Amino acid sequence: MTVPRKLTRWLIVLIALHCVIAAAGFFAPYDPVEQDRGRPYLPPMRPHLIDAQSHFHLRPFFYPLRLRQGSFDQFEEDTAKAVPLHFFTRGAAYPFLGLVPTRLHLFGTTGDRIYLLGSDAYGRDQLSRILYGGQVSLLAGLLGAGITLSLGALIGITAGYYAGWRDELLMRIAELFLALPWLYLLFALRAFLPLAVSPLEAFLLVVIVIGMVGWARPARLVRGVVLSAKERDFIRAARGFGASDFYLLRRHILPETASVLLTQAAILIPQFVLAEMTLSFLGLGVPEPMSSWGNLLATLQQYSVLVSYWWMCLPALAIVPFFLGYLGLASALQQRSAAYKIEEKSIWNPS
Amino acid sequence: MRYLLRRTLHAVFLLFGVSLLTFLFSALAPGNYFDEMRLNPQISREAVSALRAQYQLDRPLPIRYAHWLNAVAHGEFGFSFAYNGPVGPLLWVRARNTLLLTVTATLLAWLLALPLGIWSAARFGQIPDRVLSSATAALLVIPDLVLALGLLILAVRTGWFPTGGLVSVGFESLSPLQKLRDLAIHMILPVIALVLAALPTLVRHVRASVAEVLDAPFLRAALGHGIPQRKLLYVYALRAAANPLISLFGFSVGTLLSGSLLVEVVMSWPGLGPLLLESILARDLYVVIGGVLLSMIFLVCGNLFADVLLYWADPRIRTAASAK
Repeated sequence: MTVPRKLTRWLIVLIALHCVIAAAGFFAPYDPVEQDRGRPYLPPMRPHLIDAQSHFHLRPFFYPLRLRQGSFDQFEEDTAKAVPLHFFTRGAAYPFLGLVPTRLHLFGTTGDRIYLLGSDAYGRDQLSRILYGGQVSLLAGLLGAGITLSLGALIGITAGYYAGWRDELLMRIAELFLALPWLYLLFALRAFLPLAVSPLEAFLLVVIVIGMVGWARPARLVRGVVLSAKERDFIRAARGFGASDFYLLRRHILPETASVLLTQAAILIPQFVLAEMTLSFLGLGVPEPMSSWGNLLATLQQYSVLVSYWWMCLPALAIVPFFLGYLGLASALQQRSAAYKIEEKSIWNPS
Repeated sequence: MRYLLRRTLHAVFLLFGVSLLTFLFSALAPGNYFDEMRLNPQISREAVSALRAQYQLDRPLPIRYAHWLNAVAHGEFGFSFAYNGPVGPLLWVRARNTLLLTVTATLLAWLLALPLGIWSAARFGQIPDRVLSSATAALLVIPDLVLALGLLILAVRTGWFPTGGLVSVGFESLSPLQKLRDLAIHMILPVIALVLAALPTLVRHVRASVAEVLDAPFLRAALGHGIPQRKLLYVYALRAAANPLISLFGFSVGTLLSGSLLVEVVMSWPGLGPLLLESILARDLYVVIGGVLLSMIFLVCGNLFADVLLYWADPRIRTAASAK
């Protein structure tokens, strides 16, 4: 497959995945914090098309779960009572994409609640929590990567363009940051920030901490690009015509760094999503009742949950398609810039 | 020798920088261990400030830093408020366990990555290479947190491995051989988690750098001279490809240390990870600083080791260093 086509394919996959998470309210049947204390740890329910009497129904339905006779952790389907699934139905109110208030959901039921991926200790719907949790985790990753790349570009351009003592100092600091094991760095930064804060503040703290950690590598790469770019003929010519530093940086040098920054973004975003997951998993990140992929997994630290309720591990799988998408995107981007280099060479050095 | 001296100096400078950085951050931190006490009506205001004075928290930052450096020089790393004792001994015990895990995992990961990478490079583009590449890609997309949790679930479900801790109950009464066996069984799961997390990156790099060398004219000539392929791959090609791999070794130590932090918490291995987490939650300042610094010392040692290896493996560095 050619490189541009590969790139488009991965981009489409990623955009689709992000759209699902961004429209979590539509795909999730319930509010993620709505509790049903009477139904803790229900296993996932299966939608059916064929009922217990082997009759076919066009509209999918499910049987509510009830405790098996003489047991207190085994469930069975109550086949006497079929609950139909309704599509494009009205349910809990939520702001669509964070803006438009609406009640429209992809599917829902009247009466009994359906738990497609089971319920947690408070009877909250695991599917809704995973979808909403994705918003928190992905947003943390995206914002963190945004901060890191801006910092990295700023520092890299300063170091590369102005050279001299600024370059020396900045690159020494970058070396320091590059050398530290990143999780320790994350811990150290988090350790010195307040612990007991509201969920929103905690989220912002996490984003800032994550964003501050990774700037060293993009900064070094950008510096390399700037160093070679500022000696190019067309930039020297522009300077000769009296272009100011700011104009040169904005018009000629910043676009040169775009390809490096894009590739770094594809590499950094999944890493930062994972960083958020790790912090929240360890209880240093986003707290309950807000859900994130990390704090959904935190319940697995209880031995009983880990042993008995397998569906509590499902949030761990949610991140895998995103990782796959970003990995594919990063490798396609790398291949593309490698292909450009070869092309350039073949034009200018015919040998 | 000049080269090694320079690298050592660089390492010392790095350690100094990190200690200064963490100390500065800690000074900016809002709240400390004694804040909770201040809320407790049974502890008088004077008692709290006396405690603060005792631990010199009321002194200006440079003096505190100097005191702390002095403590580090004595192997104490400051004072833990929560454990009410010097941080040093606390860290050593945990660090030993962390090292046990990371050193084993590092060795194992490289011992696996080298032959796999070379084998894959020798069959570049053929089916075995593609299978291995997809396998490493699959491992790459599974984050280490998920990997560790998955292994833990496996252990719980099958009961083949212990699910946490360093040794079994009644470890003291075992014979030396049984002790070794017990420890090894407990290590299996965390080591597998670490190795699997580190392996894909290593294999990919080994494969790439060996494949690059395999095209070189001198290797084609050697092949033409009838040197057996195994010797060609594992002696000549590996030697020529070693340079970037040795630098990667230094980096891999850092990744494994980070990974180990997480794996230790998930698998309740009594290493630096759980201690660090506890002390962050308790605001036990010096333990956090000590833990970060100690991990940094390990990392620097790993990098120095890589530098020594590079000096030994690459004649260009030797001659460049002695020519100066």
